[in-house]
Amino acid sequence: MTADSRNEILLEVESIFLSFGGVHALSDVSFDIRKGEVRSIIGPNGAGKSSMLNVINGFYHPQEGSITYQGKRRSQMKPHEAALGGIARTFQNIALFRGMSTLDNIMTGRNTKMSKGLFWQALHFGPAKREEIENREFVEHVIDFLEIQTIRKTPVGRLPYGLQKRVELGRALAAEPTLLLLDEPMAGMNLEEKEDMSRFILETNEEFGTTIALIEHDMGVVMDISDRVVVLDYGRKIAEGTPEEVRANQNVIDAYLGVSHD
Amino acid sequence: MFYRENGQFKSSYSADQAIFPIAQDRVFVIGILLVAFCVVPFVINEYWANAILIPLLVYALAGLGLNILTGYCGQVSLGTGAFMAVGAYASFKLVGFFPEVNYLILIFVSGLVTAAVGVVFGLPSLRIKGFYLAVATLAAQFFLIWLFNKVGWFYDHSPTGMITVRPIDFFGVRVTGPEATPAAKYLFTLAIIATLTLTAKNIVRGRVGRSWMAIRDMDIAAELIGIKPLQAKLSAFAVSSFYIGVAGALYFGVYLGSAEPLEAFDINQSFYVLFIIIIGGLGSILGAFLGAAFIVLLPILMKNLMVGGFGVASGTAGHVEILLLGALIIFFLIVEPHGLARLWQITKEKLRLWPFPH
Repeated sequence: MTADSRNEILLEVESIFLSFGGVHALSDVSFDIRKGEVRSIIGPNGAGKSSMLNVINGFYHPQEGSITYQGKRRSQMKPHEAALGGIARTFQNIALFRGMSTLDNIMTGRNTKMSKGLFWQALHFGPAKREEIENREFVEHVIDFLEIQTIRKTPVGRLPYGLQKRVELGRALAAEPTLLLLDEPMAGMNLEEKEDMSRFILETNEEFGTTIALIEHDMGVVMDISDRVVVLDYGRKIAEGTPEEVRANQNVIDAYLGVSHD
Repeated sequence: MFYRENGQFKSSYSADQAIFPIAQDRVFVIGILLVAFCVVPFVINEYWANAILIPLLVYALAGLGLNILTGYCGQVSLGTGAFMAVGAYASFKLVGFFPEVNYLILIFVSGLVTAAVGVVFGLPSLRIKGFYLAVATLAAQFFLIWLFNKVGWFYDHSPTGMITVRPIDFFGVRVTGPEATPAAKYLFTLAIIATLTLTAKNIVRGRVGRSWMAIRDMDIAAELIGIKPLQAKLSAFAVSSFYIGVAGALYFGVYLGSAEPLEAFDINQSFYVLFIIIIGGLGSILGAFLGAAFIVLLPILMKNLMVGGFGVASGTAGHVEILLLGALIIFFLIVEPHGLARLWQITKEKLRLWPFPH
């Protein structure tokens, strides 16, 4: 990444307000994500981190505010639009297609890259077959990259938790995303698995130049791998900056450790 | 054992993505097809064609259709009987309008008509799921059957309210009505079903099939990947209804010969096909065939055994047969909730390591 492209803004959210009935999930949240960076969103439980990701990929529609993605400003994203625009994500609670094999799950991630209609599919011949094989080749690269060759044909419902998380990352990577949203990719993992996952995230960022927005609770990981951090608490942005700045920020310390009211 | 996939290495994606990547499966299926196409037609008689093989094939096709919708796309439907009726009435009317057009084309068009009707009744699936959707499809069942019974145009105002198939020649060979030979009827049905089964297999292993399964397994994630729920669900309704429509046309034209909507296509028919796919295995092409075999053949087998073997009166045997079938269905669902296809899957996995347990 050159310095210029690093400063180019890929996504900007401006004064986002999101509420469900009387609950304000997000109030007046603004931040940006630059091209090629690893941007972490942290905060205590219920701070609105996952809601923020859901707003970015169009699953939640904010009442106010705007989202500017790749220079196009809109008041809300639509899931399909986000997917076509190159936003992929993983979920806090694994959302794999449990009845399908690892290979099929990752192939499904290529959905936006495939277009051949029902007719050719039914014949499984000509264009549809070519398309299937081309995409299979890419999927095999992803499988190699994540080192999950041995579970290629295993139904994902039978895989252990750590591998499921990895397959989910694979499904997101299969879409060749411009912006990858990772919602707690390391939750519930042991040290070794966390190290593996951190390595995959960093390699994705470096090798493919994918911009990453990451929600994570493990502060060690966050401080190690992020370029910039934004901190939410009770739906508000309370701090923003490099890991060092955020670590030293009094608001952040108060939010995590509590404040004495005397 | 002989059934081993070990050592069969693939050197191209094309080979790995073949329909039957395991050599033994290939041999087995080709063998079955050869027997079905080249041997059975020469030995078939009236009883085997009309009581066993044709209903087996037709129900397998209807099961296949419902399995696409329920097993692959996760949308429950109780309107199968009505969609079969749509196919049957469409083929009846089309043969009346265009007697000189090839019967195969008319059956295909009947399928398309059913697909269109299926899409209309599939629209509620965009907003409702599970049991609620099942109730919505139940509306299709009652409405369509009422319509076919009420509006004279559908049955050409025949005084009995029944539709009776016209004698139709397919490339000079009679395939419907009493004059058709059992072999001709059987081959005609078999050819259609073999083709449609292959087509279904191709669809479910490609992009469209994956998008159906994605919607079934986790609709939110599917949507965020860029699968349009509208497109995926309605295409499943369309393809499923097409298959069920063709099954209905064959059920009426080749198997029954004449039909009356309240009897031939009532709600029991919907349940019958649903049982087939639940017992056979949801989300499995093989399952539709295994389920149809179970539901169609077992009663015949039991009846023959009871009447022929134990001298039970045939009326009593009919009742006992229903009891036994119900008990067997419950037994199978407890032992293997994922159906016969899953049993086959487990057997395959065991055979892979046989004679070692691990």
